[in-house]
Amino acid sequence: MPATDFRQRTAVLFIAVLVGHVLLISAQVNSRGGVPLLEMVTFGAFSEVQRGAAGLTGGLRGGWSGYVSLRGVRAENEQLRRQLGELQVAFQQERAKAERTRQLERLLGFQHDVQIETIPASVIGASASSEFHTLTIDRGSNAGVARNMAVIAPTGVVGRIVTPTAHAAKVQVLIDRNAAAGALVERSRAQGVVVGAAVELLRMDYVAVTADVKAGDTIVTSGIDGIYPKGFVIGKVESVEGGNGIYKAIRVRPSVDFNRLEEILVVKAPPSQALPGEGPS
Amino acid sequence: MKTVGVGLIIVIALALQTSLARFLTPGANVIDLVFVAVVYIALTGGAGAGLIAGAVAGLAQDSLAATGTSMISVGAGVVTARSIIGIGGLAKTVVGFVAGVIGSQFIVARPLPRALVFFTATVAHAIMFGGLYRVIDPIYAQPTYGAMFSQAGAHALVGVLMFQIVELIPGVADRRRSMGGGMHINRRLD
Repeated sequence: MPATDFRQRTAVLFIAVLVGHVLLISAQVNSRGGVPLLEMVTFGAFSEVQRGAAGLTGGLRGGWSGYVSLRGVRAENEQLRRQLGELQVAFQQERAKAERTRQLERLLGFQHDVQIETIPASVIGASASSEFHTLTIDRGSNAGVARNMAVIAPTGVVGRIVTPTAHAAKVQVLIDRNAAAGALVERSRAQGVVVGAAVELLRMDYVAVTADVKAGDTIVTSGIDGIYPKGFVIGKVESVEGGNGIYKAIRVRPSVDFNRLEEILVVKAPPSQALPGEGPS
Repeated sequence: MKTVGVGLIIVIALALQTSLARFLTPGANVIDLVFVAVVYIALTGGAGAGLIAGAVAGLAQDSLAATGTSMISVGAGVVTARSIIGIGGLAKTVVGFVAGVIGSQFIVARPLPRALVFFTATVAHAIMFGGLYRVIDPIYAQPTYGAMFSQAGAHALVGVLMFQIVELIPGVADRRRSMGGGMHINRRLD
């Protein structure tokens, strides 16, 4: 008898939990807003655990890289010094070019101010589910981070802020299946939308079959989505196929190595403020 | 298994998952430690513990991974996407419950049967999760069979290792035999 009771209780609990889940899912399907409160509370509480875990792994990695894994550092140093010298020369050339461009812009009457205000942050965690791709950073609304702010790295676009809490924020990475960004081909200015596909490569949709796109082309943000500032590198075209006859099927390799990200920058101002004078094109 | 123990295993699994996922290849779907923890709890604690662990861990994972609704429009097209909280919870609840029932009805004390439970549970979870998502979001792209089976293999390996490691702790195997195992046997005899 007690065993029957136990089984009945478990079965009732099972059905109750299933019904609860179905109701929760249904509520989100009916309302466009989802359940931000549950998401906020869980994320806010768990980000502190992530901060602790990141501190622990950071300490272990620091110990490893600082004391154990020092073989070959001398040779690497030499190589990096050579590279730095070459880059400094290239930098001088680029600066000279930029100065010439500024003079031309002044002559043409343009008044661009491309100084973007950013908030530096460290990555302290990643997505709890392998189905979605997010990162947790150690700066939140207390540091001025807000929803839909773009997140960038020195090599390109990382994603956008989706859930800011007081001391941490969740970043939706561009490869997430729910992520998208307005994009254009730098060379031909053909426009489209870069969409995450939950795999290493991104997809570029809505590019007409007649558009001039080829493998190796650089894809940059168009600024049309109101989230990402215009002109930031998304990646390079990996392959171009005919697609469905109306639009091309384009695969893009992101320029950012998402599994090596440690430091990122949150773009404080929306694109319209960050790049005055540059509207959607 | 005590509630505190269940909670602790889930929190540790979540912390490990979120710390390690940063260094894994994006989109590789290599391993879901939270899922492994749910099946472990179900096999050691029974159907009740399995379903509670599945529901709590699934909802926590869904909430932590959720990215809300996004809508990007450009000239010809509009891209709308959303993440739903509850689908992972529902799939893990069912898997936790069924794994718990299997653990209490069959002898799952050797590495091979345990590996089989982890493998089958992963495939069942992937089909359920993908199917439910597909109903709500038609653009959801299910993982390939290759990715699904490689994840199932990885879960089987990690799950069996987890049992072996825990049973190396002095007294754990004896305690499980006298308490957990005995409890299931008594239930069956009743």
